[in-house]
Amino acid sequence: MGIAVLMKQVPDTTAKITVSGGRVDESAVSKWSISPYDEYALESALQIKEAGGVDLIAVTCGPARAAKMLTDAAAVGADALVHVLVEDLSALDSTQVQAILAAAVKHTGADVVFCGKQAADTNAGSTGPGVAHLLGASCVTMVSEIAVDGDSFTAMRATADGNERIAVSSPCVFAFDKGTTELRRPNVRGIMMAKKKVIETMSPADLGVDMGGSSVSIDGHSPPPEKPPGQKFEGAESVATVVGKLRDEANVI
Amino acid sequence: MDITVIAETTGDGLHPVTAQLVGAASSIGGTSTVLCPGGVGAAEAASIAGVTKVISVKGDCFGSFDGGAWAEALNSVASGDVIMAAASPSGREIAATMAAMRGIPIVQDATALRPGISVTRPIYSGKAIETLTISTPCAITLRANAFDAAGGGGNADVSTVNRSADVAVAVREAIAKASERLDVAEADIIISGGRGMGDPANFSHLNEVADIIGAAVGASRAAVDTWDEIPHSMQVGQTGKTVTPRLYIAVGISGAIQHLAGMRTSKYIVAINKDPDAPIFGVADYGIVATWEEALPALKAELEKL
Repeated sequence: MGIAVLMKQVPDTTAKITVSGGRVDESAVSKWSISPYDEYALESALQIKEAGGVDLIAVTCGPARAAKMLTDAAAVGADALVHVLVEDLSALDSTQVQAILAAAVKHTGADVVFCGKQAADTNAGSTGPGVAHLLGASCVTMVSEIAVDGDSFTAMRATADGNERIAVSSPCVFAFDKGTTELRRPNVRGIMMAKKKVIETMSPADLGVDMGGSSVSIDGHSPPPEKPPGQKFEGAESVATVVGKLRDEANVI
Repeated sequence: MDITVIAETTGDGLHPVTAQLVGAASSIGGTSTVLCPGGVGAAEAASIAGVTKVISVKGDCFGSFDGGAWAEALNSVASGDVIMAAASPSGREIAATMAAMRGIPIVQDATALRPGISVTRPIYSGKAIETLTISTPCAITLRANAFDAAGGGGNADVSTVNRSADVAVAVREAIAKASERLDVAEADIIISGGRGMGDPANFSHLNEVADIIGAAVGASRAAVDTWDEIPHSMQVGQTGKTVTPRLYIAVGISGAIQHLAGMRTSKYIVAINKDPDAPIFGVADYGIVATWEEALPALKAELEKL
């Protein structure tokens, strides 16, 4: 069985985002990382791979800098790496991104896809369900735990009322939420091996994807609205004052 | 412009966001046809002002949640130029699947719409705001509580259609939440604790305050990552939940950038921290420099007087 893990490189969640000239300044991002939920997808796939009989293919679509993320995935155990080179991912709409990723998954031969429930840049969550449809696969989102039994999986997913344990057969797509498992870090041997791992780099055209035009155009970015400076009080004796203000000034209690 | 609104349901009725979807559709000059999955809330949907038609979509597949099956059943009766749904986990999945089925683009988690269609959405969990233009046909999901709800008094026609699809995701077991406490994603008031609480057992003090004012209890990522007793479902921030309550009270939370990203759009923010230089004070409307040990009993006493 092959598991394709879809990964997106995003600004690290600790990174400051600056806007200049009406656009987010990507060159000012101090650190790029694998999107956090994709990390849980990768870790879950690694655990299934350890049980045996599974090829793990790390797949990304993005600019040249995203290659580092694939090498990092190899350092913790990804068997093969596929990079669909797209310099400006934000210029593509969801149909284009999904067409590329679905074609890349088909190219790997994987029948199971793991991905994050959403990427930490747009926080959309369209990719998992969209790719599932294009692949003719079932889709389960909000997954926190997973176990495999032959061609079938059982998974725990979050719902509005708690959790559900579900069962589904391959082909399927799992979109992961933050789980309880500890994420592994690469060891020195893994890092050395990963340096030798070849990344298969291709263009959307190499995959036979007819991109068409984007139906979405970005008009601009802006920083979040500034809050006016608040009022600050010293000591627990000011609690009464603040509660009074919440009642009379803010009218929220 | 015909807009197909996918009703957001909560077991036996409509989630309040459904009326907000209709309100948003009207605000960009759209007429709403509301699809009710499993027929839930159809009569209620018909009474929302601005709804021209309600289609109660009934089928076996609506007995449990399989986003692919729901999307297939709903898609067969959707005819609008725009598919609109709530940006809830299920709404996002259904809308994304329907968009892929129709080969149309989707933009998720909009917080403002203008005719055109111009969409505003937070990116990087609110560290920046993006404005984009999307051509129709398309799908858009909307953030709860970001749009004015349409009023009542409507009297739309309700029709019922039978549509189902093969269910691939089988539910083996449903596990209810450990506590009956309100979810932070749904709450109007949230009180959150950070690592400054010192010990997970001390969250009981937050629970006591929450009980008085009907608040949900949240936590920072540091608290969730440090203590097994604090589940991820409580986490507010970039890898947890993004929340917009009318009142957010942060206790013992320093205000890491990823926490601020998840709560800075709260209407009013109160911060309680013993460190006067904690970044959380930068977004607080009312800051109290004090230890939680001193401040929480005082807060409890004051709130009980209300």
